[in-house]
Amino acid sequence: MSGDARYALLITLLCAATLTLFSLSLTVGPAGIAFADSIMALFSDKADGVALTMQEIRLPRALLGLMIGATLGLSGAVLQGYLRNPLAEPGLLGISATASLGAVLSIYTGLAAAFALALPLAALAGAVVAVVVVQAMAGARGNSLLIILAGIAVSSFAGAMTSLALNLSPNPFAALEIMFWMLGSLTDRSMTHVWLAAPFMLAGWAMLGALGRPLDALTLGSETAASMGVDLKRVQFLAVFGTAASVGAATAVAGAIGFVGLVVPHILRPLVGAKPSRLLLASALGGACVVLAADVAVRLIAPGRDLKLGVLTAIVGAPFFLWLVFRARRRLT
Amino acid sequence: MTLLCASGLNVSLGAKPVLRGLDLSVAAGEFVGLIGPNGAGKSTLLRAVLGLLPFTGSILLDGDDTAAMKARRRALKVAYLAQEREIAWAVPVETVVALGRAPHRPGFAAPTEADRAIVDEAMRRMDVTSFRHRIATELSGGEKARVLAARALAQDTPLLLADEPTAGLDPSHQIALMRLFGELAASGRGVVASLHDLGLAARWCSRLVLLDNGRIVADGRPGEVLTPQTLRAVYGVEAFFGEAGGAPVVHPLDLSGPAGG
Repeated sequence: MSGDARYALLITLLCAATLTLFSLSLTVGPAGIAFADSIMALFSDKADGVALTMQEIRLPRALLGLMIGATLGLSGAVLQGYLRNPLAEPGLLGISATASLGAVLSIYTGLAAAFALALPLAALAGAVVAVVVVQAMAGARGNSLLIILAGIAVSSFAGAMTSLALNLSPNPFAALEIMFWMLGSLTDRSMTHVWLAAPFMLAGWAMLGALGRPLDALTLGSETAASMGVDLKRVQFLAVFGTAASVGAATAVAGAIGFVGLVVPHILRPLVGAKPSRLLLASALGGACVVLAADVAVRLIAPGRDLKLGVLTAIVGAPFFLWLVFRARRRLT
Repeated sequence: MTLLCASGLNVSLGAKPVLRGLDLSVAAGEFVGLIGPNGAGKSTLLRAVLGLLPFTGSILLDGDDTAAMKARRRALKVAYLAQEREIAWAVPVETVVALGRAPHRPGFAAPTEADRAIVDEAMRRMDVTSFRHRIATELSGGEKARVLAARALAQDTPLLLADEPTAGLDPSHQIALMRLFGELAASGRGVVASLHDLGLAARWCSRLVLLDNGRIVADGRPGEVLTPQTLRAVYGVEAFFGEAGGAPVVHPLDLSGPAGG
C-alpha cells in the first residue's frame, strides 16, 4: 500500500475511533441512561432529568475530553517536530506548570470559591506569563536549546511556588482541593468551561496547524530549513503562542493531564512515515482518543471514587513509555 | 549575469570579526571553490549569503538586495547544502529529496508532475534512486550526504552553496559530485562550494577563492591561486604540483619547515 493510501486509512480509522469514544463518553455514566434515550435527550428541549444530565453534564465532559485530547496530541507533535526532540511535550515550555500555579493561587486566595470562572482565568493568566518569559529569554530567533532551558526554569519556579502555596495553605481543605485539582479531571465541568476554552483552543490549533510544512523542512535542521524559505521567527512564534493558547486553556479547565502529549506522537510517528506534517492531524485525533478513552475508563473502573483522569493517564502512560524505550533499546543493540 | 554580489561584507561572531570587508561576485557558469584554512571564514561567508547571520555591507542575489528579501523568495534564488548532515526523523529518502520542492509550492498545494520529475532527476544525478524507499536515518554517512545533495538539487535554484560537500564521500562519489557541480555551472548556474581537498578543488573548479583570516587573499583560475607561495603562506604546507589530462594536480606533501621558503 502506498504512503498516501496508508495515511488516509489511518486518519479514517482514527476519526472512527474518536467518534466511537465520543459517543461512549456521552453514554457511559452513573445515571445509567439507555444509549438511544441519551442521544435523543441531547437534542431534546424538554427540561427533564435525562435531558439535563446529557446537556449539562455529559456533553461538556465529552466535548472537553475531545478538545483537550486533541490539544495535547497536536501540541506534542508540533513541539517534538519544532525542537527535533522526541522527548518534547506540551509541559516542556512551562505552560502547564504556570497555568497550574495560576489555578492554585486562585484556590489558595479563595477567589475560586467567590467567583466560578476565577480559576480558569487565573490559569490562563499563568500561561501568558510562561509564554512571555520563555519568549523573552529565548529571543525572537532563539534556538531550541534556549527554549527548552527557559521552559525548564519557568516550570521549576512555578512548581516551587505551587509547593509554597500548599505549604502555606490556610487549612487542610484548601490543600486537599489544590491537590485534587492538580491531578487533572473532567468531572463536573459545564458548558461555560467549554465556551471559555474553545476560543483559545481554536486559535491555538490554527497557529499549530499552520506549521506542517515548516516542520517538514525543519527535519533537516534549522539552517537548511531557513535556506528552504522557512521563516524561523514565525515558526517559533506560532509554536510557542499556539501551545500557550491551547494547552493553557486545556490546563485551565481540566488541570494538568500528563503523558498524552508525549506518548501519542511517539506511537503514531511510525504509522505516518515519520513526516512531521502528517503527524499533526493524526496526533490530534490520537490524543482525543486517548483522553476520551481514559475519561470513560475512570467512570467504569471506580464509579463511586472519582478516580482522576490525570492519574490514570500517568499510570497507563508511564509504563507504556517505558515499553517504548525498551523496544527502542532492542532495535539499537 | 551576476548571481551573487557581496560587497564590503563584515560579519562578527560575538566580538570576533570573522569577515572583514570582503568583496565577491559569482557569475552564472562559474563553479567557485572556496578554500582556506580552518577558521578562515568560508562557512561564515556562505551563511551570511543565506541570511543566517547578521552582517554589514551588501549582498545582492540575482541583482536583488537580500536585506529586505523574504526567506521564501531567497529560497528560489539560492539553495544550501549544509555541512551538518542532520535528518531528525526516520523518513524515506524520496521524502527528504522532495522537501527541496517546498519553496516552489504555495501553501498546502500537492506536488505536481513537474515537481516529481525534478525530484526523480535529482535522485538519479546523485545516484540515490536505488534506495529511494529506504529510511534516510539508517543510511551510511556518505549515502546520507548524497541524499541531502539531491535535496539541494531538487530546489532547482540558479545558485547553489555547498559547505564541504565532499567530506565523507568515497573517491568515486567525490568525483561524481564535483563533475555534477561542473555540469550545473556549464548549464548556466552558479555553484560555490567550500572545500578542504585541494586536489579536488584544483581539478574540478573553474575558479578558486582563497580566504585567510576573513579576507580574500587570492582569486582566479586554480593554477593561479594554488602556487607554492600561497600554500606556504596560507596553509604552511609544501605541495606537489603537476598536470594530468590538461588539469592541474595539487597534492599537499608536508608542513613547511621553520626555515621553509
